[in-house]
Amino acid sequence: MAEKTDVWQGTLALMILKTLESMGSLHGYGIARRIEQTSGDLLSLNYGTLYPALLKLEQEGSISSEWGVSDNNRKAKFYRLTRAGKKQIEQETRNWEQTTAILARFFTAKGTA
Amino acid sequence: MRALLLRFLGLLPNSKKDRDRADEIEANLQLHIDDNIRQGMTPAQARREALLKLGGLEPTKEAYRDQATFPLLENLLRDIRFALRQLRRNIGFTSTAVLMLALGMCASVAIFAFVDAALLKPLPYKDPNRLVGVYEKLEKVCPMCNLSYPDFLDWRKQDTVFSSFDAYNQQGGMLKTPTGSQRAFVSRVTDGFFRTLGVSPILGRNFRAGEDQLSAPRTVILSYSAWQRNYGGATDVLGKSVVLNGDQTVIIGVLPKEFHFAPSEPTDYWVTMHASTECDLRRSCHGLYGVARLKDGVSFEGALADVTGIARRLEQQYPGSNKDQGANLSPLPEVISGSIRPILLVLLAGACLLLLIAAVNVASLLLVRTESRSRELAIRSGLGASAARITGQFVAEGLVLVVMGSALGLICAYWAMHFLTKLISADMLLSMPYLNGLGFTPRVLAFAGAVACFAALLFAFTPALSVSLAEMRQRLSEGSRGSSGQTWRRLGSKLVVVELATAVVLLFGAGLLGQSLYRLLTVKLGLQPERLVSIAVAATGPNYSKDPQVIALERKIFDKASAIPGIKSLAVATKSPVSYQGNTTWFKIAGRPWHGEHNDTPYISVTPDYFRTIGATLLQGRYFQESEDATKPLVAIVNETFARQYFPNGNPLGQHLLPLGDPPISTEIIGVVQDIKEGSLDSETRATLYYPFAQNTDNYFFLFARTSGDNSVLPAIASVVHKIDPEIITLKGQSMDEQISQSAYLHRSLALLVGGFAGLALLLGVVGLYGVIAYSVSQRTREIGVRIALGAESIGVCRLILKDAGGLIAFGLVLGIACSIGAAHLMASLLFRVTSWDIPTLAAVAFVLVCSTMLASFIPARRASLLNPVEALRAE
Repeated sequence: MAEKTDVWQGTLALMILKTLESMGSLHGYGIARRIEQTSGDLLSLNYGTLYPALLKLEQEGSISSEWGVSDNNRKAKFYRLTRAGKKQIEQETRNWEQTTAILARFFTAKGTA
Repeated sequence: MRALLLRFLGLLPNSKKDRDRADEIEANLQLHIDDNIRQGMTPAQARREALLKLGGLEPTKEAYRDQATFPLLENLLRDIRFALRQLRRNIGFTSTAVLMLALGMCASVAIFAFVDAALLKPLPYKDPNRLVGVYEKLEKVCPMCNLSYPDFLDWRKQDTVFSSFDAYNQQGGMLKTPTGSQRAFVSRVTDGFFRTLGVSPILGRNFRAGEDQLSAPRTVILSYSAWQRNYGGATDVLGKSVVLNGDQTVIIGVLPKEFHFAPSEPTDYWVTMHASTECDLRRSCHGLYGVARLKDGVSFEGALADVTGIARRLEQQYPGSNKDQGANLSPLPEVISGSIRPILLVLLAGACLLLLIAAVNVASLLLVRTESRSRELAIRSGLGASAARITGQFVAEGLVLVVMGSALGLICAYWAMHFLTKLISADMLLSMPYLNGLGFTPRVLAFAGAVACFAALLFAFTPALSVSLAEMRQRLSEGSRGSSGQTWRRLGSKLVVVELATAVVLLFGAGLLGQSLYRLLTVKLGLQPERLVSIAVAATGPNYSKDPQVIALERKIFDKASAIPGIKSLAVATKSPVSYQGNTTWFKIAGRPWHGEHNDTPYISVTPDYFRTIGATLLQGRYFQESEDATKPLVAIVNETFARQYFPNGNPLGQHLLPLGDPPISTEIIGVVQDIKEGSLDSETRATLYYPFAQNTDNYFFLFARTSGDNSVLPAIASVVHKIDPEIITLKGQSMDEQISQSAYLHRSLALLVGGFAGLALLLGVVGLYGVIAYSVSQRTREIGVRIALGAESIGVCRLILKDAGGLIAFGLVLGIACSIGAAHLMASLLFRVTSWDIPTLAAVAFVLVCSTMLASFIPARRASLLNPVEALRAE
């Protein structure tokens, strides 16, 4: 198994948003698991760090929450994207693509030198 | 933004949300555990693994919670809740501190509100700092004198420094109403007056150029309040007519609500100049004030030089009327609030000193409290509280005190402002229109905020600075018997010296002002004010335009009013004593060389019984006789100052004067009276001429009555006058005592307010000293016990304590006296016949301070000397 990487600063929110985009409504544990799975188990996520991030997104209005019942009949708090959240994904995605594109230029520049 | 708001809301205590967050973490943890068990772990293993992955339950909850609120703020809130509990437990300390702070806040904010309204609020004109008042100047006699209309016209034609220049004067007015004549406040202005000020009517139009000429129809612009009062704010008022002083006048405009012009207030009707009276046309009759706007780039000095040059040219051109007539300017803001400025500044200084003393007192109370809490603090720091958290606790307590004190102080300040305006007489209030802006303006609130910040800083950091953490830990190990109280004695005693010195400054100021007031009220009046009443009669209109008509009216009023029961004697004069100096005339002395000097002298016309009625003293010659009317040779009575000034070596009786007139008619001096205080109480007595009313009349005159009772005859006199002619207006009915009291009004209110501040300051200072000494005694109980056990006598112990107190008192007194002399110098202009370094006052202040402070320190000293040594040694 490859060495696990920590979650980079600032990317957790985008991961949460993308996860909710693809999965619809999901509880905190589910989101954490899903992020790990999506990363191909390459990311090591401290589940505790998820809660402040979720609350921050909720305070900013990107996601909303309500209590519900999970598949195996346990009470849990479910999060879903709001309309503002969808907009934020587009925005953040563009930012991210821009960032990676810029970084990519550095790598290619180094390669041709 | 939304997130910030939500986080702030999160600060509100909300146990449901807390539980909600805990539930969520718990639920997710269970889901994780379920998963782990499904993968084959034992329940204990599953839980351990899940917790590990979570990163611990409590840290997660805390991080979650921190995102929900602001951690720093939350700490502060917790500190504040703790502070509130602490303060509630010690209600005596809390209420004392809050009351003292509220007192200081109330006094300083209320006074500052007056300063703001009178001195800081920009005047309601365009660019008020480019406006100047324009005056003629008579060296020594009259530095800021009225202009004559012909002079005004010449100045306006010749000046090169004003972009516009206009004139105004206040005029007694009469408004014709269906029920008879009514007194009206009227001012005359030249056509460009409002344009010079940069003011436009909110309704209608401004005066047009040339509208102030005799040929133009008469027009009037209403003040906002007159518009509201008389016309209910109706917009169809434009074009309506009013009859002012017998002239049909058309209303053409209404001024803005915020407009005021204190030098000519109160004014309801602003009419155009229409210069036509005898005085308007005569170059030597000075009845107008000027206001001008400086041209861009022209300095005040440059403008003054220019108008001085004009005055000099006119002096050469018209030596008969303009000799010695110079020019003077004054910035308009100074014209408007110049007289009240020093008074307000002294009051503000007094209030701020009171605030200082109150704040220092609270700070020293806090110090004592910190000392007595040193064990608690030591334990808290021993248990691991950081210095920042302990300081935070002090800050929280300081903030709570300041918030409570400020809130109470602001409420009191609101009442104090209303109370203080109530103290100002209605007449004075009308002439101070800028006080309408009194209230919690942004500037006043900013001042209150600054005061609160200052107090908060003082209260938060005095205790925090006084206790260092290292010291606290040491103290914990030493127990409380060691050096405790050292800090307090070091800092607390310095604070009390500041308090005492401040109290000395205020006491000295109050003493000087009190002395001024006393000297003012005991100034020699030259008349007997008891049971003397007066009422003014204004008989305008065509029926009284000729002298004989006025004299006939006066005779008729005299005959009818003399019959009123309760009136012992009755007389008429054209001016009341203790008001203003009077209109002036010029004269030459017959038989003496004359070099064009004006001998500018106030004159008053009186009936024969006048001097006897008011209780004046005849020094030489005789009073006027009933027979001395216009058909007889002219006569005059002069006052003592006149006699001394113009006839220092000879007898004035029988000498002849040639007063202004065309041609001058020789007037014989037939008597000399003791000086009567004609101007305000603090004015210098001027040489004054008295003429017989029958030889020199005026249709505005005062009736004086010596009564056997009180003011109750005034309505009877008024009704007698109205029965003779309902068109005549009577006003200003009052007793001479009231008039004197009004003239001393400013001195009295100043002395009372500063006296009040000083009394409070002394009380606070003495209480502060008592606190210091009592605390020091309580800290030294053991030491004193040992001394007594070793044989010290109670007198010796008493002396020991008093010596401590004496040092503080002496230091405070010396510092205070040094500051007082400096401070008193600044208010020299407000003192009347008292020097700013008055030794008796200083001695009295020192005496009062030493007595009261020694008394305050004697109580704890005596308690110390009576200590039972056995109990004292067992103490603690």
